[in-house]
Amino acid sequence: MDALISQLQRQFRDYTISLYQQGFLDDQFTELKKLQDDGSPDFVAEVLTLFFEDCVKLISNMARALDKTTGTVDFSQVGASVHQLKGSSSSVGAKRVKALCVSFKEYCEAKNYEGCVRCLQQVDIEYKALKTKLQDMFNLEKQIIQAGGRVPQVDIN
Amino acid sequence: MEKSGFSPVGLRVLVVDDDPTWLKILEKMLKKCSYEVTTCGLAREALRLLRERKDGYDIVISDVNMPDMDGFKLLEHVGLELDLPVIMMSVDGETSRVMKGVQHGACDYLLKPIRMKELKIIWQHVLRKKLQEVRDIEGCGYEGGGDWITRYDEAHFLGGGEDVSFGKKRKDFDFEKKLLQDESDPSPSSSKKARVVWSVELHQKFVNAVNQIGCDHKAGPKKILDLMNVPWLTRENVASHLQKYRLYLSRLEKGKELKCYSGGVKNMDSSPKDAEVNSGYQSPGKSSYVFSGGNSLIQKVTEIDPKPLASASLSDPNTDVIMPPKTKKTRIGFDPPISSSSAFDSLLPWNDVPETLESKPVLYENSFLQQPPLPSQSSYVANSVPSLMEEEMKSPYETPAGGSSVNVDEFLMPQDKNPSVTLQDLDPSAISNLKLQEFSSNVTNNTEAILRSLNWEIPESHHSASLDTDLDLIWLQGERFLANTGLQFQDYSSSPSLLSELSPHLWYGNERLPDPDEYSFMVDQGLFIS
Repeated sequence: MDALISQLQRQFRDYTISLYQQGFLDDQFTELKKLQDDGSPDFVAEVLTLFFEDCVKLISNMARALDKTTGTVDFSQVGASVHQLKGSSSSVGAKRVKALCVSFKEYCEAKNYEGCVRCLQQVDIEYKALKTKLQDMFNLEKQIIQAGGRVPQVDIN
Repeated sequence: MEKSGFSPVGLRVLVVDDDPTWLKILEKMLKKCSYEVTTCGLAREALRLLRERKDGYDIVISDVNMPDMDGFKLLEHVGLELDLPVIMMSVDGETSRVMKGVQHGACDYLLKPIRMKELKIIWQHVLRKKLQEVRDIEGCGYEGGGDWITRYDEAHFLGGGEDVSFGKKRKDFDFEKKLLQDESDPSPSSSKKARVVWSVELHQKFVNAVNQIGCDHKAGPKKILDLMNVPWLTRENVASHLQKYRLYLSRLEKGKELKCYSGGVKNMDSSPKDAEVNSGYQSPGKSSYVFSGGNSLIQKVTEIDPKPLASASLSDPNTDVIMPPKTKKTRIGFDPPISSSSAFDSLLPWNDVPETLESKPVLYENSFLQQPPLPSQSSYVANSVPSLMEEEMKSPYETPAGGSSVNVDEFLMPQDKNPSVTLQDLDPSAISNLKLQEFSSNVTNNTEAILRSLNWEIPESHHSASLDTDLDLIWLQGERFLANTGLQFQDYSSSPSLLSELSPHLWYGNERLPDPDEYSFMVDQGLFIS
């Protein structure tokens, strides 16, 4: 069992580090993990749930605002949702999503329709990719615990 | 870190942010700082909470961008009506925004992501504000103050006795006394003019002189000086002291007026205000919130009041007093509403807007990695075991539920056990935030209010369903861009179709239509007349 635990822990560590290295996460995520304690053992998962729900809502807002069938495109409305998403993504350390929001916002301000549409699609892809990655990470955590081990503290740089 | 005996434990913070993620994180962080936290997802709800318990909070932290009210507007309201320190937050650090914050009176502007270390020291703003208020009264240069002010401050600080908020203990008062004394202590190197220590005896002479002269506006510093017959005292000394004295008296006057309005009202809203006004100099603005519980303060203050400064015979000094503009505004702006909350409410049209907050439990339990292995509700955990992991481990923890799609409705609909869990989670904190032992009948109302404020609605959630019919048609035309995520599930129905519809090769064309600007108008002006 110990061999399995070590193996899982190693995988967990490597996987976590890779997420940071690939730019999915930044140090805000580290801070989030620090906030988790015995009093709130699922804190990070709960926060992430809120975040991903927010993503769905905001992206749907943006899509609606960019929908030409309903009339004129309201770029300021798109921009407002982008700003909210930027804030939201900064809360969990969703680095790529946040970076996308920066360029997305610029397209909104420039009222560049194609640019906005492209950004919207990218943001959608990006948050989903992050979601998948994080789910994998949590999965690994669970497996470690199930195997009777402890989830290691991963030191980024 | 030096040992000071001062502790910010129990600082009562109100956090306002429409972003549920940030609200949760900030709550956690602030709790880790040992503060007492109340969260709020809407600006108008925050204002309501603040007005309901005027003495209930020490500091407000608010986001700049909020759907129902501009953060700056909230800032204005809080500053004007309640005189509480407000910290603004934003993910945007643009100079113009920060400037706007400063101009509207924010005592600090924090950039998101916010760090623990920044929150750990927000209590300084509460203390600073209090000290500034004391300084305002003392006039510039810390001329007076000494014993006279400190005595009353001490009385005020001590007012709460056992029931002090902001975690104050006996030794803490010493620290603050020291703080004030240090500031009023003469330091030969820094000051050009000699500082006057207005001892009780000196002040009594002053009061006697003033009373002797009689009518306030005839009591000029020169006359008072002459009457006092204190050789080393200058006209300037007297002038500045007179200024402070008038301030004190005006507060006394207001206190007397308020006493008749509030009558026998026992609830917390009016009584601390009375006490605060009665205690005059030493409790301008919201200082009572820092150092004392409400009721016990009243008693202490009324004991001390009648002593040296009993000259209520002076007429209302409002006209002559040169009060710091902000203080003046606070005082006057407050007068009508203080008496009863209903009178106050009537001043604000937006109070007619009905509560629209749904009592939707916070979806803590609907983790994006759902634990229960129910085959019908294919959880994310089950689905997300990646293929490479499976190969390596051969014994996955979760048996995959065969790549079935996960419904977004699963996230939006709380599970049965959730409401009780989340409400139970919320109750203790809501209760501790409200200090139930101090309230009688207002308890349930306030608890509900807080709970409601915590159960923010996710306004757009119902829209995704309505989009379905419109977009089904387009979905058939669009390309499936989800293919490249590498996983089987699709997590929602509406958005992908709309997004795929936006692929350039489809029928949109290149028209650019003018920006209607409606939304920004709504955001800037707020949805309410205020």
